[in-house]
Amino acid sequence: MIEYRSVGKTFSGGNAAVADFDLVIPSHTTTVFVGSSGCGKTTLLRMVNRMVEPTSGQVLIDDVDVASRNPVELRRSIGYVMQASGLLPHRSVLDNVGTVLRLQGVSRAETRRRSLELMETVGLDTALADRYPHQLSGGQQQRVGVARALVTDPNILLMDEPFGAVDPIVRDELQAELLRLQRELGKTIVFVTHDIDEAFLLGDQVVILAKGGQRAQVGTPADILAAPANDFVRSFVGLDKGGRELHVEERDGVQVVVDAQGRATGVLKG
Amino acid sequence: MSVASDSWDWLTDSANWSGDAGIPHRTLEHLQYTGLTIAIAAVIAIPLGLYIGHTGRFRGLAVASTGALRALPTLGVLTLVSLNTGINLTATLVALVLLAIPPLLAGAYAGLESVDPATVDAARAVGMTHWQVLWRVEVPLAFPLLVGGFRSATLQVIATATIAPQVPGPGGLGVYLLGGLAVGDYPRVVGGAVIVIVLALVVDLLFAVVQRLTTRRRVSTPDRV
Ligand SMILES: Nc1ncnc2c1ncn2[C@@H]1O[C@H](COP(=O)(O)OP(=O)(O)OP(=O)(O)O)[C@@H](O)[C@H]1O
Ligand SMILES: [Mg+2]
Repeated sequence: MIEYRSVGKTFSGGNAAVADFDLVIPSHTTTVFVGSSGCGKTTLLRMVNRMVEPTSGQVLIDDVDVASRNPVELRRSIGYVMQASGLLPHRSVLDNVGTVLRLQGVSRAETRRRSLELMETVGLDTALADRYPHQLSGGQQQRVGVARALVTDPNILLMDEPFGAVDPIVRDELQAELLRLQRELGKTIVFVTHDIDEAFLLGDQVVILAKGGQRAQVGTPADILAAPANDFVRSFVGLDKGGRELHVEERDGVQVVVDAQGRATGVLKG
Repeated sequence: MSVASDSWDWLTDSANWSGDAGIPHRTLEHLQYTGLTIAIAAVIAIPLGLYIGHTGRFRGLAVASTGALRALPTLGVLTLVSLNTGINLTATLVALVLLAIPPLLAGAYAGLESVDPATVDAARAVGMTHWQVLWRVEVPLAFPLLVGGFRSATLQVIATATIAPQVPGPGGLGVYLLGGLAVGDYPRVVGGAVIVIVLALVVDLLFAVVQRLTTRRRVSTPDRV
């Protein structure tokens, strides 16, 4: 369990990026921070592995304040997939995946074995093992980033817009892959995105953020759609434009689901 | 009877290629001074440059002081130090080390500054200590620029070490230049200069090869998606 207790962050010489933020993130589920650019998502995420130190409040993992933990060990124990893949350009794919294992003193042979295994887990052709990051496509780089984050089998996985820079088809693929992985692994995932569809697809718990890291609403996707807390949320999730308001029309005995513009989007199954 | 053909004769005279005053021995001496100078300068400049590049601290100071050091006339320094230490090899070394420090320092901190901050951030985020970030990420990625610092420092020292015999004792290839000038033996001066130039070109070529190899192996293109 990850817990934010009245957490605030003011960068030197700036306004508060985050103020008085409270949240509980249950273990073995996916929590998604969603909000527009600059609302403090990355700041909140990086507080978990102490890449950002809060200026007030506390972040706790299993009731232990992260501020009391050695930052290097803390970071090695948490998987982190970065906004731009964040791979080391002078290391091969295999070495990138195995980075943390090597830091932990795992032998070269064992690192190699587990890195290759992880490449398979995230759907990377092991023939790519000896390539360098710049020789990969954006989607492949993100998979390497995910493999690196998972190689030590951490309990917590932080993902900062991991699929933000790949094309929609690859993104669909990666999202499906992540859902499959999560079903198998049951990690505590904190996922950041500005895409509400991605948030609803991946999140067990969705945290909609407004400027300054304000919690606009926290809940399951269904809760939020059923009872949006305010106009900001209603507009953010697209309830104001009619794209999410579906109704059923009957055609030849079949229940057809139709959106507010009258476009058919599917059929209702009893 | 031109200086050019006399210089050629000097260069090809087998008497000039043997013994303690011969070209191979003088070249070796020259390389020894150069090596010693670079080693001492590196011990001072590289840790400083890495510290400045890694932390971003004292950068302004480093830029200003390397600028000032570069403006120092080496011959003036040599004279000044000789006045204090007496006339010996130390004076020459001090003057040459001061010459070699700026390019080494600049190569080190500019090298680290050239590393994509996102890469350094990523290295920290996966749990590297400061030392690990420095040695496993920053230095390898800065390597071509670090070598570049050594390259220009070495070339300057090779060229300038010709002033070594300005004080008695030290030899090196400068003996031909200064000794030749003193007695008006111009073929010797030109011959000596040619040797210095060839030496500089050969060393420069070696560095170029090292830089090329390290740049290709450690690909430093940023991995933006
Ligand atoms: N290192 C920093 N120094 C100063 N200000 C910062 C720093 N990092 C973030 N900020 C500011 O804090 C606010 C929140 O930034 P943050 O990176 O958390 O936003 P974000 O929600 O992740 O945005 P994006 O979707 O664009 O990644 C922004 O106004 C940003 O300018
Ligand atoms: Mg961000």
